[in-house]
Parts: sequence; structure tokens; C-alpha cells
Amino acid sequence: MPSLILRRIGFAAFTIAFVSMIMFAAVEALPGNVCTSFLQRFAQGPRLERCIEQQGLDRPALVRYGEWVSGAVQGDFGYSLKKRKPINELIRERFRNTALLGGIAALIAIPLAIFLGIVAGVRRDRPLDLSLSGAAMLAMTIPEFVTATALIYVFAITLQWFPAVTILPPNAGLMQMLPNIVLPVLVLSAVLIAHIMRMMRASVIDVMTSDYVQMARLKGVPERQIIRKHVVPNAMIPALNVIALTIAWLLAGVVVVEKVFNYPGLGTLMIQAIFDRDLPLVQAIALIFSVIYVGVNLLADLAALALDPRLRRKGH
Amino acid sequence: MTKPLIKIEDLSLGFTAKGGRQGPILRGVSLELAAGETLGIVGESGSGKSTVALAMMGYLKSGLSVFGGRVVFDGRDMFALSEKDRARLRGGAIALIPQNAGQALTPTLRIGQQIDEALRLHADLNAAQRADRVVELLARVRLPSPADMAQRYPHELSGGQQQRAAVAMALAGNAKALLLDEPTTGLDVTTQAHILEFLRTLAREVGVAMIYVSHDMGVIARVADRVAVMYAGQLAEEGPTRDVLRAPKHPYTRGLLASIPRLEEPGLPASMPGTPPAVGSELTGCAFADRCPIVQGDCRSAVPDLVRMNASQVRCLHADMPDMPRPRTHREPDIQTTLALALSDVAISYTKPGLLDRLFKRPVKTPTVERVDFALKKGETLGLVGESGSGKSTILRAVAGLVGTQAGSVTLGKGESLSMPVSRRDRETLRRVQMIFQNADASLNPRQTIAEILGAPLRLYHGMKGAEAQARAEELLEAVRLPARYLSRFPGQLSGGEKQRVGVARAFAANPEVTLCDEVTSALDVSVQAAALALLTRLQRENGSSYIFVSHDLAVVRAVSDRVAVLYQGRVCEIGPAAAVYAPPYHPYTQTLMGAVLEPDPDVAPKLLADDVTEKSPPASGCPFQRRCPRRIGKVCDTIVPPEREMADGHVIHCHLDAETLDEKPQKVPQMQPRKLAEMVGG
Amino acid sequence: MLALIQNVAARPSGAIGLTLTLCHVLMAVLAPWLAPYDPTMQNADAILLAPSSTHWMGTDTLGRDVFSRVIYGGRLAIAVTFAAAVVATLWGGFAGIFFGTVGGRVDEYAMRIVDAFLSVPWLLFLLLIISIGGAGPVTIIPTLGFFYGVAVLRVVRGAAMQVAARDFITAAKARGEKLWPIITREMFPNLSDILLVEGAMRWSWMLLAFSSLSFLGFGATPPTPDWGLMVAQERGLLSTAPWGVFWPCLALSSLIIGINLLADAVGKALGLDRATAIAV
Repeated sequence: MPSLILRRIGFAAFTIAFVSMIMFAAVEALPGNVCTSFLQRFAQGPRLERCIEQQGLDRPALVRYGEWVSGAVQGDFGYSLKKRKPINELIRERFRNTALLGGIAALIAIPLAIFLGIVAGVRRDRPLDLSLSGAAMLAMTIPEFVTATALIYVFAITLQWFPAVTILPPNAGLMQMLPNIVLPVLVLSAVLIAHIMRMMRASVIDVMTSDYVQMARLKGVPERQIIRKHVVPNAMIPALNVIALTIAWLLAGVVVVEKVFNYPGLGTLMIQAIFDRDLPLVQAIALIFSVIYVGVNLLADLAALALDPRLRRKGH
Repeated sequence: MTKPLIKIEDLSLGFTAKGGRQGPILRGVSLELAAGETLGIVGESGSGKSTVALAMMGYLKSGLSVFGGRVVFDGRDMFALSEKDRARLRGGAIALIPQNAGQALTPTLRIGQQIDEALRLHADLNAAQRADRVVELLARVRLPSPADMAQRYPHELSGGQQQRAAVAMALAGNAKALLLDEPTTGLDVTTQAHILEFLRTLAREVGVAMIYVSHDMGVIARVADRVAVMYAGQLAEEGPTRDVLRAPKHPYTRGLLASIPRLEEPGLPASMPGTPPAVGSELTGCAFADRCPIVQGDCRSAVPDLVRMNASQVRCLHADMPDMPRPRTHREPDIQTTLALALSDVAISYTKPGLLDRLFKRPVKTPTVERVDFALKKGETLGLVGESGSGKSTILRAVAGLVGTQAGSVTLGKGESLSMPVSRRDRETLRRVQMIFQNADASLNPRQTIAEILGAPLRLYHGMKGAEAQARAEELLEAVRLPARYLSRFPGQLSGGEKQRVGVARAFAANPEVTLCDEVTSALDVSVQAAALALLTRLQRENGSSYIFVSHDLAVVRAVSDRVAVLYQGRVCEIGPAAAVYAPPYHPYTQTLMGAVLEPDPDVAPKLLADDVTEKSPPASGCPFQRRCPRRIGKVCDTIVPPEREMADGHVIHCHLDAETLDEKPQKVPQMQPRKLAEMVGG
Repeated sequence: MLALIQNVAARPSGAIGLTLTLCHVLMAVLAPWLAPYDPTMQNADAILLAPSSTHWMGTDTLGRDVFSRVIYGGRLAIAVTFAAAVVATLWGGFAGIFFGTVGGRVDEYAMRIVDAFLSVPWLLFLLLIISIGGAGPVTIIPTLGFFYGVAVLRVVRGAAMQVAARDFITAAKARGEKLWPIITREMFPNLSDILLVEGAMRWSWMLLAFSSLSFLGFGATPPTPDWGLMVAQERGLLSTAPWGVFWPCLALSSLIIGINLLADAVGKALGLDRATAIAV
């Protein structure tokens, strides 16, 4: 059992190492280097030399990768080219803001989505399921920026309940931030709910046709108890990993949502950094997102271990 | 007869197709069951036997609805009750023991929790009493260390143990009736025999009525007081077990019994032509008319009624007509003196020693298969029998080159080596060895037409294409008695028996010298099985191919084999001419297996010689059967590989006991070793 | 094939999906003949006009006809994502069938890498690549194709493993068939349905991704008419001139929903209900 947990953690560490290597290699592979890419046609003379010195580009790639990784582990992501500041100074508040947005969205969306997925799966093909599934389909297929725009039109422009865009600096207080967070959270959770609900529904339907659920019915177990004790735990197991993947994939949606609402998080910073060709900053943010991705996946793996006795006993 | 516990009156049910057409699965079934009585429901796939049984609990699979009739359980109309009242009866007064306990137990709940759930619903006990009762129930079903079992998850139990746990769960509600839906199908013969004996005892102890659904006449013969034979959703015949099995009146029952291979009667059983009507189709006459040897004109004009004859009821207009003889045909093997295949001291291992194992010189795991030696002559059939894990299929796969051998040699014909895997064999070698698979459904590509399926070996081995291949494929179909128009069909459009014929035709397209038959009939109904066995026998005579015939069914192996090898845990226990292996002196394992076989005869009781322990891997040294052997001598069995004792010409037994001792009539063995049982229940 | 189309069209979702998808594809192909104005023609005298008989959907901040721009607005997105979907389905499908057939160690290690790729935030990666290589179909098609192909690979490999475990594959191996004929003759026909549905599904998700990229300013570049870009450009005037945002939103959403419904219906018609539901 402990070895299984260690193995999962080991795989997570491997993934992060792999991702960081690819990200580093992608930048290495580009013609020129970080500095020429940033400075464009000014990439010559003392400006270029100063930049190269500051970024330490005169040393071999392997050494720089080692430094980058060991720095990142200690919370030092290097130096932004455009902002001329240490990157961790730039991202500290913004990380808090993005975590706030994503965290609240996940807290609302995951339990609700699982609940709705169970309801839809149990009431398969009945009116309730059809309307839930239809709504999920819409929420999944309509791009986030479209949903966001519609919400802004209704709640910010017409009703004027919430601000349309955030005009606060990144280090604004939590209380000031809260009204700005409602609409972004709504958009993000709508998509999350749709994906997870669909997955959960499919899994519930699958389990509902299993022999052991039929057996529980023939044992005289009331339907509610069948769902609670026999269906849900078993339906959760295959759903968990996909839920994690969905969350991971949809974290990308954070970038879009932040941009739409001009929310001062990591996403807007990243887009700005791309426009500025500030590659060290882009790399740093991409790495942070990857670590979150992998962390969510790891949590799902551990939850599956907790739920499924078959996984616990045998090394898989 | 006293007031029946369960009464089914003219029950019809089925699905309703688009456009309102009704597809009946049960057509007017009437049955009665008294308290404490055991009713066996027997029939082939699609006969509706499981549907009847579930209907007794007022349960219908989704998509089905009742068209007419009713089910009365203990005075209550099951389909008229509210869902809540029905739920109260289910698992309480009437409980199910499912076909596949492994899948019917919820994987995320402990055994104890699942039994507790049933207790909570159907017994008025507090938590502590329930916990005691769980252990008591687990002990009652003879599970070792019941307190520990309660804490386990289903996947931590063996197949037989899971089945016993399911029985314990069914007993939790003090059932008046137990419904058993093929509860031993898929279990090994020895495990099956143990479970059946246990159920018989249980029924007597508890005084519970049982409805036992099975396709296996042998099982029904052992447990049932009365038998209902189902055919096409109707009762064909119903009556006391002895009457139905000894003097069957319906031509279908007669045909079914004649198609079962017997241990005592070597030779090929008579087969039944045709297939039953499709599920849900409309009947205009007797459902069996198309397959009946005594069919008359009036059989097709109206559906016959169930008529009472002595203690039985029969649905046949001409049950009093003398039956057609259904003789067993004897094989006439054409065995040459030339060798077709030889295995010498073969060992097979699935786990290769890893790098770490080699570095640290860890002991190599005992191979899955070891010391296998046999030779096969041209035109001869060697049967391999044994329970799951005996290595019989592994040996076949090694000959086919699908798994590598670790040691020893496999040679073909005049000594051409077969030790290399499939990827390094040349065309000609590949052609000479062909395999037929257990499940025809899975062994034919559903997206290829029969012409493409048969075309593959023709193209690969004979370079045939186009019209030439077409012509040859037609000949092959003709040889397996299928019409040429089947060439353009897909496997999904064929019945199970027809698919298996295509599988046979594909193997013979290569014109093989050695044909490997892996449980080729075990997925088929008995009536179809008999025809498949006859087909294989005929093709062997025509083509002179040698067969290795693998099966867990001793009677089937007996019917088709010239020589038989009995395997346990990947080691040969006994090998010799079929007649010698199936007669004393026996290897203790052969004896155990033979004792567990159930004959469709109510007066033959199985002899349980060894525990039904499922062993996961072979012992590291000594005799493979050491841990279960009823005639174990002592330490020598654990440490020294038993010697090969030649009993008679070509009949070899691997045992430390000598021929005279083995030949002794086995002492009368009690049904269950009482001391052991007491230990288990007490513990 | 005809029977499949009939089956799909007979389902309500299939009929709607088929109609929407066909209309959009036709609209994109026939845009030069359908659009009343040049979609890039600016008109200083007709800025932000409300919908009228001359400009059915009004005009935008630069006086361009919104109706014409909506008609043209799907061309780039459909072309780019369709190409990327083909790339994804081909490489992911082939690799998935290959690893599912081969199995063993090779498959195990490959799947470790695939899992690692699946936990790479692909959009961020795309942004990283764009920031290096610049926007445009040349970077976007291979990148989208690659990352979505990884997901296709995972799904197809799972299905391929189930097929490979069946006896007809064992039979083909025992017969001595080489890997390539096994993949093409035995495996592929059993997986083509899944590939078709997967491809269609991925296409709809890629449209979503591409329009998001355009919206962020990394997809289509001005003055190309593109729905995502149009929304980004006109969003500031949502309160006064909502038509500039509304119509491209409607066009984009209806296309994605259409393809999605179509893929769903095709999956159901082919009996793959479950396989698509568990798609990553």
C-alpha cells in the first residue's frame, strides 16, 4: 500500500520532470535564443550582451536547465525580460488570484457535477436527464468567451449587478476581489460541470447495468441505498481519472476567462508575456500550470486508491 | 400436494418491438413448487430458463414486460405488489444465488458488509447481533476462518468461495425459497461437486425450497426433485427427476439426453439436427417440429398443449410414439505409425527472470508447465484434461508458437523443430499446425465475411486468390456442411454452432498435420456440441490430421480421444490409452476428477475425494498434487518428483504409490471429511 | 455508408447536427457567392450601423458588413481545424492501433509518455510554441494535431487492446500473419468506427480551441474575417452595438454544436455510445 502511493508520487514527479524538459527544449530549439527573440531587431551590441549575461545564456544548455529546475524548486523562477523584475515577485499575487478563481470554481463545480451526473445517470433517458444532458452539451460546446460575453451582457451591462471587467491591481485585497470573481467563476464552473457530469453519467449508467446492482435489487435493497452504497463508489472509480484530466484540460480555460474579464491572474500575465516575447516568464507560468495539472491528477489517483480495494491489494 | 409455495400460472412475457409487435420470451409457462422442494429448470441457451426463474422473484430484465398470466409466491401475486412490498420479499423470503458470484458481489464492499446489508433489511437484529450472525452464516456455508472472511473484499476470494459467500448472503433473510441461476457454471468440476453437495445438505438442513436453473443435466440430476425442461420459452416436459431422466417422453428431452457424452459409454453421442426457433419469433405449431425425428403433419398446424402423463406433463402430440433409436457412433481412428508431433521434457514459464532477479540470483519461479512428454502419431487424437490452471491450454499455445518454451523440445513430423515462436517459423511449418478456438464468437473477425476469413489461410499458405480461393472456400464450407451462400455473410449472421464450423473450416483450409482444439465445444449447447464432435471426427478420418483435444469435460475427452493425458498444475499425472486412463488403476488426481463428474443419472452420486482448494501456482518441488492428494504418503510427496510407473502398455502414472496400491478399490470416502467440517464450522 | 447516414438522419440529434454542419460547410465554400459585400472593405460612412435591409446584421467599428464577415468568418477556422483533426486522427489512430496490437513492454513505456503528454497543459504549450514560432496555420495545425492526437491515441489504444485480446487476433498470429496485415486487415476494420467518431469529436473541440486562440489574438490575424477575432474586436462595444458580437457567437456555437451532435449521433448509430462518453 505505501509502495503504491510512492509509485504514484514517483510518476507525478517523472511527469513534471518530463514536462519541464520539453518546455526547456522547446525554447532551446528556436532559432536564436531568448534574448534575440525578445529584442528582435535591437538584438545586437551591448544590449544583447547585457541580456545574455543577465540570463546566463553563455553557459551550456544542460547547466542552465539544472539551474532553472533547482531555482524553480526553491521558488525562484528567474528574471523577467520585459518587467525587469524577479519573476516570483510578479507572480505572487497573481497566483493567489488565479488560485482563488480556480479553487472556488472547482469547489462549486465538482460536487455539483458529480451529483447531477448521478441524477442524470439514474434517470437515464427521462425528461430530467434529457434536459440536464442537453444543458451540459451546450455548456461544453459553446466557447468560454461566448458564454462570458453573454453573461457580461446580461449581468454587467443590462442588470449591472457585477463589474464587467476587473480594474483592480493584482495586489488588491480579497474583499475587493470578490465581486469581480462571480462571473468568471460562473463561466468556469459551467464548463467544468458539463464535462464532469457527462462522464459521471456515463459511468453511473455503466454500473447500473452491472450484475452486482441487479443482485442488490434482488436482495431487496431500496433503490436509494443501492445508488448510495453500490452505484456511486463504483461509478466514481473510472470517473475520477477522467475528472482529473478534464479539470487539467479546462485549467487552460482559465487563461481565456481571465482575459475576457481582464482578471489579474496568471493567465492574463501569460498572454501579456507572450505578446512581449518574454519567454522566461512564459516558461515559468507554463511550469506552474503543469505542476497544478499533475497535482490534480495525483489527487485523483490517490482517491481511486482509497475507493477501489482491487487497486490497493495488487500492484497495477 | 399441499398448497404450493410458488405457483406460476400461464405466464407470458417478452419485449415489445418498435411498432408494437410482441416478441415473447416465455409463452404460457405454468409451474408449481412446494415448500422444501427442489425444482430443476433445464434448457439450452435462449430457452427462457433464467427468465422464468427471475420472474418468480417478480423481477424482469429491463425492456421486458408481462403479457399475461401471474406469479404467486406464498399467496401473493408478485407482479401486482408494490415495488416496496416486492423489495421486502426479495432477499428475504425468496433469495437469489447468482450465476457469477464474482460479478454479483459489489467490488467496493467487504463480504461482511454485504451480508450485513441483507440482515439489516430482512432480520430484526441490532448491530452486535448482526455481526455475530454474519460470522455464523459464513461458517454455515463452510468458509474457512469466517471472521476473517467477513473482512475481505470479493476479489480476495476464490471462485468457489465467492459462490459460498453469495449463498451466505441469500441465507441472511431466512429464505423460504432459494433461486439458483447456474451457480456452478464456470467453476471447476471438483469445486462444482463440492458446492452441489453442500447445497443439497443445506436444503435439507434448512428446509428451504430451491429453484435450480442449469443447462447441465448432470447438475440437475444431482440436486432436483423435479425437473422442468424448457424449449423456446415453453415447458417441453415437467415431472419427477427420475421419470424425466430415465424415461423421457418429449422427443426434445430424449434428444438432449442422447446428445450428452458419458463417461461410462465411450463413443460419439447422437446429435440433434437444426436450431431452436429464434427468441421472440412467432410459433404456429410445435416449436420442436423442425428438429423432431417423429414429426407428423399435425405437429405444424397448432401449438400442442401440455398434457399430463402419469406424474409428468408433456407438450407433445405424439409422446406415446416409440422413439427413434439414437445410437452412439464409435470412432474408427486411422492411426499410422509415423509420428506427427513429439514433446520431450517441455517446460514453459510465463514470467521471465528480470534483470534484478538475475543480479541478486533470486530463485527462479517454478515454471507453469514442466516435464511434459508425449508423442502423437499421425491420425491420432490425444486428449488433455484438467481443471483451470492445469496448463492444458498453455501447452497448446506453446505448440502453436504463441508462448515460448523454457526447456525441452517440440518437434513436428520427422523431427523438424517447433521450439521457435510463431514469428520465426516458416510458412510450411505454420501451415502444418493449426488451432481451433474455444469461443467461435471471438475467434472470427466480426468485420470480415466468411469468404475473407477462409481466404486468409488460403492466401497465406497456398497463395490462392480470386476465383481459385472462392472455389476452395466453397469446398471447405461443403466439408463442414454449410451452404456456399454463407461466404458473403458476416459471423454475426451465423448461429453459435455454425460459427464454430467456420472456425473448423478455417483450420482445415491449411490442410494441417496437427490440429490443436482448445475447448472447442465448451461454449456450445450439448445438442450442438454432439454435432461438432462428429464433424471433427469425420474430418480427421478424411484428412488424416492428428488432434490435441483440450477440454475440462472428461466425458467429451473420452468421446473423441485415443489417448488421454491428465494434467494438474502444469504437470502430467497420468497418460495412456483412453480406456486405461478411464479405468483403475487411477492416479489419485484422476480419481478425484472422475469422482466429481456428474452424470445425468439421479442414482449416481459423486465421490468427493479431495478439498476444493484452488491452487494458484504449482508447488516448488515434489508431486504437483501433494497439497490436495487424498492418498498422500508423507514427506516424500513434497520433496521428490514422483516416478513414472508403467501400468500397462503405454499407460503411465506419475505417483509414489505402486501399481498394486493404486489398483486397490478406494475406501469408501465420506461425503465431507467430518473432522475438517467441524473445525471449519466451529472456527 | 448510405444506411449509416439514414440511421443518423433518423435521430433528432443527428438530423440537427447533419443540417448545421452541412450548412456551415456549404456557407464556407460558397462564401464568395453568398456574401453581399467584401468582408474586408471598410466604410467610414457606415460605422456601427444597426441591422437594416442594406446591412442585415449591421456594420462593425470599421464600417464592415457583419453579415458578409460572418459568412466568411468560418473559412479559416474550418479549414485549419479540419486539417488538424485529420492529422490528429491519422497519427493518433495509427499509433493507438499499433500500441494496442503490440502490447507488452513497448506499449507500457509508450503509455507512460502518453500519460505525461496528457498532463501537459496543451493550450499553454500552444501559446509557448506560438510565442516562439509565431501564429498561423503552419504552427497551429501540427500543434493542435499533435496534442489532440495524443488523446485520440489513448482512446483508440484502449479500444484496440480489447480487440487485440480477442481470439481472432490470436488466430491471425498463430496463422503466422505479420504485424502490418494484422493491423490493416484484422484490427483496423474493427476500429474504423471509433476513429470516425473520435475524429469528428476532436474536430469540434479543435474549433472551440482555435476560436479561443483567435479571441486571445493568437489565431487568425486581422483583417481576416474570423468569428473569434470578431468577438474580441467588437466586445468593447457590447452595450451599444451588440450585433457585432452576437452574430459571430451564434455562428460559431451553432457549428460546434452541430458537429458535436453529429458525432454523437454517428457514435450511437454505430453502437459506440460508451466509447465516446469516456473520451478524454
